[in-house]
Amino acid sequence: MHAAVITFPGTNREGDVARALKQAGAKVTHAWHADYELPKGTDLVVLPGGFAYGDYMRTGAIAARAHIMDAVRAHAAKGGYVLGICNGFQVACEAGLLPGILMRNAGLKFVCRMQHLRVERNDTAFTNAYTAGDIIKVCIAHGEGNYICDDETLKRLEGEARVGFRYCDAAGDITKENPNGSLNAIAGIYSENLRVLGMMPHPENLIETLVGGTDGKGLFASLGKAA
Amino acid sequence: MKARVTVTLKNGVLDPQGKAIEGALKSFGIEGVASVRQGKVFDIEVETQDKSRAEALLKEAAEKLLANMVVENYKVEVVG
Repeated sequence: MHAAVITFPGTNREGDVARALKQAGAKVTHAWHADYELPKGTDLVVLPGGFAYGDYMRTGAIAARAHIMDAVRAHAAKGGYVLGICNGFQVACEAGLLPGILMRNAGLKFVCRMQHLRVERNDTAFTNAYTAGDIIKVCIAHGEGNYICDDETLKRLEGEARVGFRYCDAAGDITKENPNGSLNAIAGIYSENLRVLGMMPHPENLIETLVGGTDGKGLFASLGKAA
Repeated sequence: MKARVTVTLKNGVLDPQGKAIEGALKSFGIEGVASVRQGKVFDIEVETQDKSRAEALLKEAAEKLLANMVVENYKVEVVG
């Protein structure tokens, strides 16, 4: 697995996600937003968390039009893997890689805390190290994580089982702990071919017992085995 | 030429900021506010002097970047 981690001005989680990928055995190359091409042999593009372009205008909006994103769209169109975490999920939506948009949290506050998620399916390259229905505890840190799309898109996402993760409580109840007002407690979604995943939570923070747990490790272990 | 692009949220899209502003206005004792929706205004100067070219250019700008058509509408006005 050769991962290209994209850095935009204002990205701040590229180091953490690169570490998580390396721990899982992936080769990691960093790419810059103003590049026109992805590193040769890229299997997976990672859009990390942060505040790309200061989140000016709309989160992810300007980053989604950066030069490198043409190459990322071409990579996705060829069936390449893309992982967008937090701000990266917002960039992926604005770039048209995933449907919908992440709006301001319904409670208006930036939410930074530990959060349980339900793993909706484990037959994808991102989650095969988990079991479907697993409840994992990772962290969230965002002000705009409120997933919105039109009714038709939501019907399609649900009908095609493209919701990757949902917010839930420790018992797995998805009606109890929605931190931002997302439709159907959506924390992450897949593209139609299941090769693009966008998610608000930060699995890359939870890969060491020393710093709070290892529930995020499964995502990188899955990717390490893929491709 | 001077122009203005106004971007507003589509009907039915939750606007927590608008709600908060509405609440604040009411708490300041400003009577008669029924509801508030927040939007954005972009004042843009274009090089062309041709109104229809300016409109076409701003429409492209709005659809490519200024508005997210999933949740927002936009309006282009060329002021002259």
